[in-house]
Parts: sequence; C-alpha cells; structure tokens
Amino acid sequence: MARTFDIRKQTGFTALAITCFAVLYMPIVLLVVYSFNAGSSIAIWEGFSFRWYATAWDNDQVQAATIRSLVIACCASGIATFAAVLAALATTRTKPWKGQTLAFAMVNQPLMVPEIVTAVALLIFFAMIKVSTGYTGLGYLILAHSAFCIPFAYLPVRARLQGMDLTLEQAASDLYATPFQIFRRITLPQLFPGILAGAMLAFVISLDDVVITEFVKSAGQDTLPTYMLGQLRRVVTPEINAISTVLLAISVVMVIAFFFLSRVRK
Amino acid sequence: MADDLSPARAARERRSRLLLLTPAMIILLLAASGPLLIVLIYSFLTPGDYGGVVWKFSWDAWFSVVAERDFFTDELSFADAHLSIFWRSVKLSLMTTVAALIFGFPTAYFIATRPKRSRDFWMLLIMIPFWTNLLIRTFAIMELIRAEGTVNMLLLWTGIIDEPIQMLFTEFSIMLGMVYVYLPLMILPIYASMERLDFSLVEAAYDLYATRWRVLRRVIFPLVRPGVIAGSILVFIPCLGAYVTPRVLGGGKNLMLGNLIELQFGQGRNWPLGAALSLSLLAIVMVALIFYVRAVGRDGEKAHG
Repeated sequence: MARTFDIRKQTGFTALAITCFAVLYMPIVLLVVYSFNAGSSIAIWEGFSFRWYATAWDNDQVQAATIRSLVIACCASGIATFAAVLAALATTRTKPWKGQTLAFAMVNQPLMVPEIVTAVALLIFFAMIKVSTGYTGLGYLILAHSAFCIPFAYLPVRARLQGMDLTLEQAASDLYATPFQIFRRITLPQLFPGILAGAMLAFVISLDDVVITEFVKSAGQDTLPTYMLGQLRRVVTPEINAISTVLLAISVVMVIAFFFLSRVRK
Repeated sequence: MADDLSPARAARERRSRLLLLTPAMIILLLAASGPLLIVLIYSFLTPGDYGGVVWKFSWDAWFSVVAERDFFTDELSFADAHLSIFWRSVKLSLMTTVAALIFGFPTAYFIATRPKRSRDFWMLLIMIPFWTNLLIRTFAIMELIRAEGTVNMLLLWTGIIDEPIQMLFTEFSIMLGMVYVYLPLMILPIYASMERLDFSLVEAAYDLYATRWRVLRRVIFPLVRPGVIAGSILVFIPCLGAYVTPRVLGGGKNLMLGNLIELQFGQGRNWPLGAALSLSLLAIVMVALIFYVRAVGRDGEKAHG
C-alpha cells in the first residue's frame, strides 16, 4: 500500500517544535517542583514538603511586599481600565478626526518605549516632585503602573468595540432611548467581556512589573518582584521558588480566563 | 449613522471625545510622555556631585556616549567602555533573534498545520509562559544552568563531563535567557501569517516536482516573510533594552545597555549621561519600529489585494 504524501510535512520541524515546547515548560516545571523540596537546596531533591510556603508566609517582608503588590495592582488596573475604556470609546467607531493618530500613539507609548527608558524618565521626574512636595507614598508607583497598564486595558476593549454591531444601538435610539440609556443598557453589557479581559491583563502586568517599580520605589517600598530581585543576590533557598509558584499560579489562571473571555462570541 | 452632522452636533461630539480622552491623557502625560521630555532636557545638563543635575547647559553627556577625553593629555578617543557595551547589546540581540527564529519558525509551522480545533490549545501553551512573570522565568533559567543546577547534574551523571560547566554569568547565559523569555514574540506573528497560508500553492509546487526544501524556501517562506520580519523585530527590540535578564544571568560583569543606563543613576552618578544613553537606545528602537510598521503594513496590503 502506497503511503500518502503529506504536503504539510517538513523534515525536522515537528522535532524542533516539540523541543521548543519542552524548553518552554521544563524550567518552569522544575522551579515549581523544587518549591516543594524539603531540603534547602534548589537542585537536590530531599523529599516533599510545604516547608518553604510556610517560611514565605511567615516572612514579614514577604507579607508586606505581597500586600503592597496587591494594593498597587488593584488601584493601577482599576484606574487604567477606567481611563482605557473611555479612551477606547473616543477613538473607535468615530469618523477619523484630527489628532486621532497622536492619541493612539500616546496610548500605545508604553508598549513602544523600552521599559528601562520609561523607568529612568520616571525616576528623574518623580525625584523632582519628591523634592518639591516631600510626598514619598505609594502614589508614584500607582501612577506609574496605571500609565503602562493603559494600553493593555485599551486594546481588548478597542477590539471588542470594533467588532460590535451598531444595529442594536440604532434600534435603541429609534425607540427614543437617551444616549446614556443606550450606553448603560446596550453598549456596556456588550463591552463587558472586553473590559474584564483588559482589567485582568492590566492586573497581571502590574503584578509582574520589575523594572519600572525598581526605579520608582522609595526606600522600603518593595513589591513582590523587586523583593525577589533583591533576594537573588544572596544564597537562594526554595522560598523564592515558593513565592514564584504562587505568582505563576495567579498569572496562569488569569491568562486562561483572559483567553476564554476574549473568545466569547459576539 | 448620518454623515452630514449639523455643526452643533459635531461640536458636541468633539467635546465628548475630548472629555472621554482626558483621564487617559492626563495619566500618560504625567507618567509616560511628559517624563520623556524631561529626560531630553536632562541629557543637556551638567551632572551634580551626588547624583541629580546642575542646571547648566552642556553637550558633555552626548559627547561621552561615544567619545572620551583623556584626563591628562586632553586627547580624544572613542569611549571603549560604552561602545563595547553597545556592541554587546546589538550582538546578543541579533544572536537571540536568530536563535528564536530557528526555534520559532518550525514551532509556528507545527501549530499552523494542526487541525483547526487544536490550534487554539497549542497557542495557549505558547501564551501561558509569555504572560508569566519575566523575572520568574529568568530565575527558572538561572536554576537550570547554575553549577549545581539540573543541566550540569544531568551531564555529570551521564559522564559526558567530569566537572560542572560554568554557564551562568556568561554571554551565553544572557542569550539563552533572552531566547527563552522572548520566544513567544517570535512565534505569534509568524503563526499569524502562517495560519493564512494557502496550502494549495504548496501542493502545486509538489505537483511540479519541487523538493521539500525548495517548497519551504521558494513558496512558504516568501508568503510568511512579513510575519518573520515582524517577529524578528518584536524579539530584537526588547532584547536591546533588556535589563532584568542580563542583570540576573550576566552576574554584573556582562553589562548590556539597560544595565549601563542604570549604572549612571546608581554608582556612576552621571544622570545626564544616563539620559543621553536612554535616548540613544530609544532612537535605535524607533528605527526598528519603523521597519516593523512597514513590514506589517505591507502584510496588511497583501491580505486585501
């Protein structure tokens, strides 16, 4: 029997692709595995235990950094989503207007400018404000995070708006609904999956940020990632693995949820 | 929608548009665009003794990005320290891009040739590592290749080597880390072009007795070229500005541009130089972005035509 000729086959491609998937996941899997190590090595397995999760939980610095991370991520993703939804409404489904390109470029600036450059710029700018006002609170970090979260919240909302059917809104308008009623009863419910997806992305992006936070934070304002970055200079115990695993779990859940949200059919 | 809006309605629409944009624009002006302008100003000032700046105009920062003046003889020469770091950044970024392409292209092809239903699943597998913390992924690589890490243990155990190989804190480890971290950025755009690939063209080529290699080179590759260019630039840009990966995996001696910039705001205490270096990096990135926009733009035209 003659074997059928598969036009899609390319020699070695499947092997390379499998290697690629293995390489993508192996380091992460090992990291998670060693977070359950009973010994204090991150290379020699000495049995299963939750010891390092308990250690991390009892660590005051970790607790403080976790709370700080969550406060910043909640505030920043909330502010960014609010601003991004309004901006998306202004820049989508309208006739082209003067300055639209500029507005679009500004919203996406955090995606284009290297993080280190933004970090340095914020360091300089906030140093000036700190000197003149004396305020050194979390406000700087929240503002900085809000700014770089805006494009991540903006893009899913914009995508949803672009794919949205206008007929429902027109029908509502024909039935004498006020513009606010139309927005509240028609536009917003249809937009909701996009808003939720954007907010979740913004939350994860804020939670994971290292570079900008490292430059903007004042003394004693470590977030979980900058705390970990500081710890990497010392002897590393599986405690870092345990913290990483928890952060990983949060990200993975969020990404999977985002994936399904953005697939919701209109 | 009526195209002929009355002037009053047009004005109202303009006002509401402005109102809607205000919150986002205020935040971005305060914490993105505005500070960048200040960086530009700072790059023309004189460094203060303990960091910060003295408000006195000076070209020195821009000058010392590429050149240095001998302290004693006043002779000019190239700033080797800076240029070698520039060169390392560009070299490692290019090598990372090529390595990511070698792994990313077949992976994108693999996903694009799966049955439609399972493609989303494979793409999700690519997306998950991408959206997980960059620091954690870098740390995972660090654990893997350190002297007592899994790779060395495995090689020792199998008897291939007698003593651990020093992989961490080398240029190789930075490159490995960057390939690992940015690989999804290569796969996503290539997959996007590949998904639209018309396999009847491939079939036609085989009917005309083309070999697999020729089909790949003459049919598939030209059709997905915009995706390849887009992916390459998307990997190249963040590599150039990488900060965390070289810091964690380079061990402080293999600096890249991002670390050099940080140094000026830390021990270096030369903020204007740091500002000038940041803007140089930004300029290179902008050039790469223009290439990207043109590549993607052409791709879009092709899809319509």
